[in-house]
Amino acid sequence: MTTIKIKVLAVFVSLVMSFSFGFSPAYAAGGGVKAPAQQWHFDGMTGQFDLAAMQRGLKVYREVCAACHGLKRVRYGNLEALGYSEAQIKNIAVDYTVTDGPNDEGEMFDRPARPSDSFVSPYPNDKAAKAVNDGALPTDLSLIIKARAYGPDYLYALLMGYEEGGHGHDVPEGKHWNKYFPGYVISMAPPLSDGIVGYEDGSPETAEQYAHDVVNFLTWAADPYLEERKRMGIAVLIFLAAFAAVMYGVKKRIWADVH
Amino acid sequence: MASGERTAFENPVVEWIDSRLPIFTMMQKEYGVFPTPKNFNYFWNFGAIAMVMLMIMLVTGIFLAMHYTAHTSMAFDSVERIMRDVNSGWLIRYIHMNGASFFFIAVYIHMFRGMYYGSFKKPRELLWILGVLIFVLMMATAFMGYVLPWGQMSYWGATVITNLFSAIPFVGDSIVTLLWGGFSVDNPTLNRFFALHYLMPFVIFAVVFLHVWALHVTGSNNPLGIEPKGKQDTLPFHPYYTMKDTFGTIVFLFIYAFFVFYAPDYMGHPDNYIPADPLVTPAFIVPEWYFLPFYAMLRSITFGVNIYIGAGAVLAVLAMIPVYSKKTNKELNIGAMVGMFAVAGALFMLGYFAQLKNGAGEIMLNLPLADFFFVSAKLGGVAVMFGSLLLVALMPWLDTHGIRSARFRPLYKTALLVFVALTFVLGIAGGKPAEGLWVYIGQLATLYYLAFFLVILPLLSRFEKGRDLPPSIHEAVLQGAK
Repeated sequence: MTTIKIKVLAVFVSLVMSFSFGFSPAYAAGGGVKAPAQQWHFDGMTGQFDLAAMQRGLKVYREVCAACHGLKRVRYGNLEALGYSEAQIKNIAVDYTVTDGPNDEGEMFDRPARPSDSFVSPYPNDKAAKAVNDGALPTDLSLIIKARAYGPDYLYALLMGYEEGGHGHDVPEGKHWNKYFPGYVISMAPPLSDGIVGYEDGSPETAEQYAHDVVNFLTWAADPYLEERKRMGIAVLIFLAAFAAVMYGVKKRIWADVH
Repeated sequence: MASGERTAFENPVVEWIDSRLPIFTMMQKEYGVFPTPKNFNYFWNFGAIAMVMLMIMLVTGIFLAMHYTAHTSMAFDSVERIMRDVNSGWLIRYIHMNGASFFFIAVYIHMFRGMYYGSFKKPRELLWILGVLIFVLMMATAFMGYVLPWGQMSYWGATVITNLFSAIPFVGDSIVTLLWGGFSVDNPTLNRFFALHYLMPFVIFAVVFLHVWALHVTGSNNPLGIEPKGKQDTLPFHPYYTMKDTFGTIVFLFIYAFFVFYAPDYMGHPDNYIPADPLVTPAFIVPEWYFLPFYAMLRSITFGVNIYIGAGAVLAVLAMIPVYSKKTNKELNIGAMVGMFAVAGALFMLGYFAQLKNGAGEIMLNLPLADFFFVSAKLGGVAVMFGSLLLVALMPWLDTHGIRSARFRPLYKTALLVFVALTFVLGIAGGKPAEGLWVYIGQLATLYYLAFFLVILPLLSRFEKGRDLPPSIHEAVLQGAK
């Protein structure tokens, strides 16, 4: 009797677990080729951030992506999570200018950014961004990984998915063919090519490596508590499993004399 | 409640309180010694689990509300601030977000339990109706909660669903304006949804109280569906079921925690991490997964009711009236019924194909008066969607068979399991774009959903013989025929 119950329970649990271990979102975006799955350092139940890749990814973001894309939900001070010291972060921040004020004279003024400031966006507002980019709005990248189905795989595939010529389709002037983009025609020019960003740690300076690194960086930007969440999750699951085992014993013992 | 006879407590503080407000006596009576059938299986855990989920949602929701800003220009940012800057904000939000899904999982299993073992039948009809009311309130609450982060799916989901009410004749447009607080989904909409999303859980709490109260009047049903006949059939609720419920709840929480920590966005839509933009419509708009079967039924009504479909429906009702009446089985004319259904089906198909377009966009069947509609497709869809919930509430009067448990009703069991399977199919259909084969699959599943309640249940109530019931719970348990 009890064994039947346990079997039913086990089937239920394993059903839920088996479909959930795919980690795949319930809905996939339509109109593009599905991005092939990649191996990521942050995947799985014990996934962790790859700090070196994230530091390189930050460099790629600052030297390539940041020309058009903002990152407004991340503060310079948050870069501590990438392993930078306070002094290094201050050094990064001073490269940017923020408008502050009004001061005691009632004037707005420019000053270098501080660690408590958010990443400065390349354009003052969306209209300015569209005006410069032929009407296309470069998305803020703070949440891009969460805002796309299979975010990391999709972004990596998109960055590497440009194809010359557009397979005989008519690609409008100033647009590009990308097989992973929903609808295939994308406004963004191919952003990455070999050698455009210099690495100091000897990592290969290839487009693939840049794409890999910037995905690592942006995954952190979208989900800064990923590592803490996964670490806490193991403790919570162990606790609940032990609690369930104890309660099962208690229940069995209490029910032992019932016919 | 619990007034009258009272035994004194040993603890003087407890006794002092209890003699003035017999709350301890009540707890002892309702949760301590409360006689509960001894043959529950694990399906009976889900009431307690749903209660725990409601508590989790209330507590996390109150903390989220402390940091949330209900304004269109700040709502999305305030949620991201919770995710990034509020201490453990990400954890509280993920618990709340996934909690909605797991609350629905618990309640759906709880409802299935009620259907399978006939818990809705006399004398538990009101208990069942209160449960359906809780379910409807949950749906409203969850819908409004999903709007609050003000992402793309929040905004467009709110637009699609609120627009449904405009299908109601005469007052529809006024209702929509009232829901919106204006002439489109905008800041007033967000504000009232936040206020109502905070209010509704307490209304749910009150109805849950009534639900539990009604349960404690009739006592629980059990897997055999026969009433306990004496002490040998029951156990005191504590410690037997308090401990069993705790065990089941922890197992449920384990699965829930797995999602919170390892797949927190699995059940959400990625588009909701894009701030709402009234000028950009998402590729296709889908509600949360727990609404998908109902959404599929809404979209399945692609046709209006013209004279042919109307006549078919009237004929079908006429065929069923004797079944609903008090006539004996022998007085029923089965041949006439089958004939009427055949004609009704043919009329329906005529009316349907007179509206269906082929690949070239031409009407497949040209019939006179076919494009005069008594009920538009939109109103039909809304009526079927809300009607599908009403039918669940009416189940005690649609299934009047004397045997409760599906264990002793093989035909009912099959019909019910097909119903459950097709509800899953409806869920899948609801998540697909409304085109091609899925439309027809959705329509057939919707047909079964309606027929299950309106035709199959009343007929089975009359004609299913059922197996012999065991003499008592105690004897059945002793024989191991659980």
